[in-house]
Amino acid sequence: MDDILNKIAYCVEFGKINLQSPYPPDMKGLPGADELTQEALDKGIDADDILQKALVVGMEKVGIKFRENKIFVPQVLMSAKAMNMAIRHLKPYFLSGNIKRKGTVVIGTVAGDLHDIGKNLVAMMFEGNGWEVIDLGTDVSAQKFVEELKNHPGSHVGLSALLTTTMVNMEQIVREVKNVAPDSRVLIGGAPVNEEFKTKIGADFYSPDPQGAVEFLNSVASR
Amino acid sequence: MKNRITDVLSAGNTLVSDGAWGTFLQAKGLKAGECPEIWNVEHPEAVYEIARSYIDAGADMIETNSFGGSSIKLAHYHLAERAFELNEAAASISRRAAGIDHYVLGSIGPTGKILMMGEYTEDDFYKSFSEQAKALASGGSDAIVIETMSDIEEARLAIRAARDNTRLEVICTMTFERTKNEDYRTMMGYSPRDMVETILQEGVDIIGANCGNGIRDMTGIVREIRAVNTSIPILIHANAGMPVYRDGRTVFPETPEEMASYVIPIIEAGANIVGGCCGTTPEHIRQIREIIDKK
Repeated sequence: MDDILNKIAYCVEFGKINLQSPYPPDMKGLPGADELTQEALDKGIDADDILQKALVVGMEKVGIKFRENKIFVPQVLMSAKAMNMAIRHLKPYFLSGNIKRKGTVVIGTVAGDLHDIGKNLVAMMFEGNGWEVIDLGTDVSAQKFVEELKNHPGSHVGLSALLTTTMVNMEQIVREVKNVAPDSRVLIGGAPVNEEFKTKIGADFYSPDPQGAVEFLNSVASR
Repeated sequence: MKNRITDVLSAGNTLVSDGAWGTFLQAKGLKAGECPEIWNVEHPEAVYEIARSYIDAGADMIETNSFGGSSIKLAHYHLAERAFELNEAAASISRRAAGIDHYVLGSIGPTGKILMMGEYTEDDFYKSFSEQAKALASGGSDAIVIETMSDIEEARLAIRAARDNTRLEVICTMTFERTKNEDYRTMMGYSPRDMVETILQEGVDIIGANCGNGIRDMTGIVREIRAVNTSIPILIHANAGMPVYRDGRTVFPETPEEMASYVIPIIEAGANIVGGCCGTTPEHIRQIREIIDKK
C-alpha cells in the first residue's frame, strides 16, 4: 500500500498529471496522479490515506521547494494540476464525509485588486493540504468576506494584494472580519505586504510564501 | 528625421528614460480598481502632465500610459473592445509631450494570465499584443517596450506581435528578484541568462530589466546579462526601492539622491539607458540626467 501512495506523492511533487502528460520528460509513458489514484481506490486503499499520505506529502514537498526558490510558479502549477486530478477521484469521499477536512478557508484578492496568480497558488496549496477552500476571486469587498463567513462559521480568512494601493484595503477587511468572527484567523500575503504591516492592521499571520501559510493553518487546526 | 535609438546608443551615448506612471497616476487621483488606460480619454491632460514632467526633467524618452492596455487585461474592466482606441490615445498623448526630438516608447505589460493555466491560448496572446502594438504605432510611438515580463513565452509572443505588425524598434525588459540562492529569477523562474539566450532570437533590439527591488540589485542583473552578451543594448527601469507602509499609505523609500548614486556603477556594469519604475518621480529622473551629463 505504501508503495502506491509513495508513487502518487511523487507524481504530485513532480507534476505528473496522467499517462498522456509529457511532463516531466523523465516520466514520459508512466501513469500519473490520475491513474494511480484510481488504482489505489480500486485496491481498497482508504481515501483519507490517499489524501493524507500521498497528496499532502507531495504538496508539502512542493511548498518547501517553492519557499527555498528551488522551483518556481510553473512547477507548482503542474503539481497543482496533478493534485487536482487525484482530488477529482476523491470528491465522492469528501461529500460522504469519509475524508475529514482540516477546516475551511475563505480566500480572495482584496477590493480594487485584480491580480490572482499568488492567491491561486495559495488556494491550491491549502486544498492540497486537506483544507476546504472557498475562493471568492479578485476585487473582493469586506462585505463579501463577512457574508461568506456567516455561511461558513469557524472558517479562517486569506487575503492577497499585489498593489501598494490596494494592500491598504486589507485593514478594513480585517476589522470587519474580526467584528463578526473574532475567532477567525486572518492570513495576509502578496508582494508589497510584510510582517510589520500585518501587525499594524491587526491580522494574525503574514507569510512571504504559501508553505508558511499552510503551516500556520495546520498549527491552528491542531490546537 | 531623428536617429533610431540603437544608432544613438551604438555611437556611445547613454540615454535617460522616464520614471513611474502607475504610482504617478495614483498621486493624481487614480483610484484602486480603476482602469489606468481609460484616463487616456477621460483625463488626457493629467496623463499629458505626467509625460511632460519627465521631458522637462530631462528624459530622452518617455513611455505611454498603456501598460495594462492589452485587450485581455482590459477585459477586467469590460473595455476589451476599446483596446485600440485607448492605446492609440496613450501614444498620441506621449507624442504630443515628447515633440519631435524625444522618443516615445509604447508600453506593453503582461496580460496577467498564465499560458499554462489554459484559460487563454498563445494565439489569444499574440492577437491581443498585435492589436496593442498596431495602436501604439498608429498613435506615434518610436519603439515598443514590452515590460515587467516574467514568462519568456509571453515575452516572445509580444515581441513577435510587435515585429510582425510594426516597423518600430522593440525593447523587452523582464522583472527579476533576488532569490534565496543569491541569483536573479523572474516569478516564473527565468534568469537574465535565459532571457538573453531565448529572446534575442526573436529579433529584439534592446533588452533589460524593470521594477524589482531597487537600482542596487539591477547592477547585478546588468552584469549577468553582460557576462553572456557584450553587445546588446541594455535598458534599466528601477523602482525607488521596496515599498514601505507609513501612516496608512505606502511609500517608496529610495530618494532621488540615493538612486542617482547608483547610476555610474550601473553604467559601468554595462547599462545603456537608465530610468525609473514604481515610486520614481521627475526629481529622480532630473538627478539621473545630471549624473549622466557630468559623466
